[in-house]
Amino acid sequence: MTRLITVLLCVLVASCSQQGPQNTGVYMLLDTSGTYREELDKAEQIIRYTLSRLGETDTFAVARIDTGSFSEKDIIAKASFDDRPSAVNRQKRVFAQQVADFVEGANSAPYTDISGGILQAVEYLNEKGTGHKTILIFSDLKEDLEEGYVREFDLELGGFEVIALNVTKLRSDNIDPREYLGRLENWQGRVEKAGGQWRVINDLDGLDGLL
Amino acid sequence: MAFMLGITPWPVASALLWIILIVSALYLARATAHKAIQAMARAFHRGFRTASKAVSRSQENLAARNRDVLLAAGREAKERVIEREFDRINDTVRKDLGNYSALHRSLDESIKRIEDDHQQSVNVPPDPPGWVKAVEAIAKIDEREGRFGVGNILSDIHKSLVKAHKEAMAAYVSASKQRHLLLKGMRPDWRAIQKTLSQVGKNVDSLLARSVTIDRLMQEYEDIVRGHDRAVSVLSSSSLVNFFVSALVLTVAIGGAAINFSLIARPMAEMVGGTNLIGGYRTADIAALVIIMVEISMGLFLMESLRITRLFPVIGALPDKVRVRMAFITFTILLLLASVEAGLAYMREVLLHDELATSALLRGDAAATATNEYLWITTAAQMGMGFILPFALTFVAIPLETFVHSLRTVVGLIGIALLRFTALLLRLLANASLHTGALLEQLYDLPLFVPLWLEQRMGHDGDGKGRHVFSGRTGS
Repeated sequence: MTRLITVLLCVLVASCSQQGPQNTGVYMLLDTSGTYREELDKAEQIIRYTLSRLGETDTFAVARIDTGSFSEKDIIAKASFDDRPSAVNRQKRVFAQQVADFVEGANSAPYTDISGGILQAVEYLNEKGTGHKTILIFSDLKEDLEEGYVREFDLELGGFEVIALNVTKLRSDNIDPREYLGRLENWQGRVEKAGGQWRVINDLDGLDGLL
Repeated sequence: MAFMLGITPWPVASALLWIILIVSALYLARATAHKAIQAMARAFHRGFRTASKAVSRSQENLAARNRDVLLAAGREAKERVIEREFDRINDTVRKDLGNYSALHRSLDESIKRIEDDHQQSVNVPPDPPGWVKAVEAIAKIDEREGRFGVGNILSDIHKSLVKAHKEAMAAYVSASKQRHLLLKGMRPDWRAIQKTLSQVGKNVDSLLARSVTIDRLMQEYEDIVRGHDRAVSVLSSSSLVNFFVSALVLTVAIGGAAINFSLIARPMAEMVGGTNLIGGYRTADIAALVIIMVEISMGLFLMESLRITRLFPVIGALPDKVRVRMAFITFTILLLLASVEAGLAYMREVLLHDELATSALLRGDAAATATNEYLWITTAAQMGMGFILPFALTFVAIPLETFVHSLRTVVGLIGIALLRFTALLLRLLANASLHTGALLEQLYDLPLFVPLWLEQRMGHDGDGKGRHVFSGRTGS
């Protein structure tokens, strides 16, 4: 009898054991520098799409890329969704409203600190401990650091997927496309070297495979 | 191989030498080899035969047990039916014939009243005096003969008598009227008697009809008790029909439970969370399933308490007071669970609407967020289903009981068929092993055709007798 109870308890414990978190964490960086600010309407669409794809216990944060992006102050909206469906819907609506408010009144940033933003994203998502971690970069990927900012460091992107969205071509890219290709290649190299996966999505009508 | 072909300088000669050696060895060992083959074949044959007999015995035991189970189940079912018939008779007797003394008294009183009335109605009225006519005649004679003195007296007498006659007639008419009134008063009593007797007749007819039914049921019961083959056949057929019908109804019930599950699983996430897992399954789903299972269990207990089903003898054996109390408690729990389900169904609709509105907002589709004015219909329908389904599932107890009881018989029948098939297979294998032994002997002799031919030519019959004997048993 004792053995039977022991076996049953073992089966129960084994069946109750979790196989690690299965939730998703998404951190989206919005480039607000220069003329790219005009692309924020598209970013809002992507955010809404992302919100519709996320569910209970998932985490989502949207932050701006400005002069110094390695800061919590740059987070525009963030939410760790509840495990109750009604609460999740409420959180999504509030989140969407916060983003809409930001897009309406966003100012252009003089510099573009993408590396700092990615570092902030890694730190945030690691802290949340989500099962799947995705960093969305809505930018032309041209980093422009203010003098004195040091961003020459290796990133730790093991288990992360980094997706560059709407990587627009600059005027200089049109003159010399190698600049554009070089930027993409540079970021891909940095991400993959850091252990992450790299993807580029420029066609915003085909967001089905985003998450 | 090279070694074998190298024993002489010529490979062909070596091969021939080997063949001769092998054939010679096989020929010399032929009798022993045949005996070994026979022994092996017979061993397999006996083994399979023994196994076949054992399986056949098991099949017979199972058949006997199945028959006992069938008869026991049939007996129990028949006892229940007969018991119920007796209950009905008891009810009829208690309700309709229980007040027979009062009925009898009522009939007696009615008859007595009729007799009294009849007695009173037969009083003969006084006849008018017969001598009135004589006085009248004398008065007329007296008038003709001029004897007026006597005539006057007689005339007065005549007048008095006529007056008396009129009074007597009036009294007679009055008495007749009274009699008619009495006879009229008897009519309700007649009708009451007629109605009462008609009711008694119906009750007696009903009892007679029930007694005929009981006679038939008792006859079937006796057949079952005596274990008649016909009774077993009828019970077996009935059991199969019950099995399939109850399985069909249970399938329908499972469909109902599935709909019930889908109604409450989604809103359950609001109570226990939408992402918690137990054993790989969502806790919300498990909670919804548990609620449905509890409802079915309560339904079973309710049916047991009402003695509609008899799956749990303990409940059936409880004192009536406890049983009724249990029925009330289980019904209350069912009512509460049904109310909870109705609430969850409402919550489901609210959640669905909220989710659709959020999705529309995220899509930027403002038109889709408009409220549908007919939404209340689906909400009410879902709430109604959430409330009714638990009670509907209560009745699962009835087909479940039938299914469980008939399952024993059906499983027994399947077991018997399987055992019978296994026994047949083993018998076939036994025979096959015997034939295989004979075949192996022939195959053994195949390379020895030269020495055997020589042996035959030289007039020796070898161990053919033994083989003949062996072959003679292949048909067993």
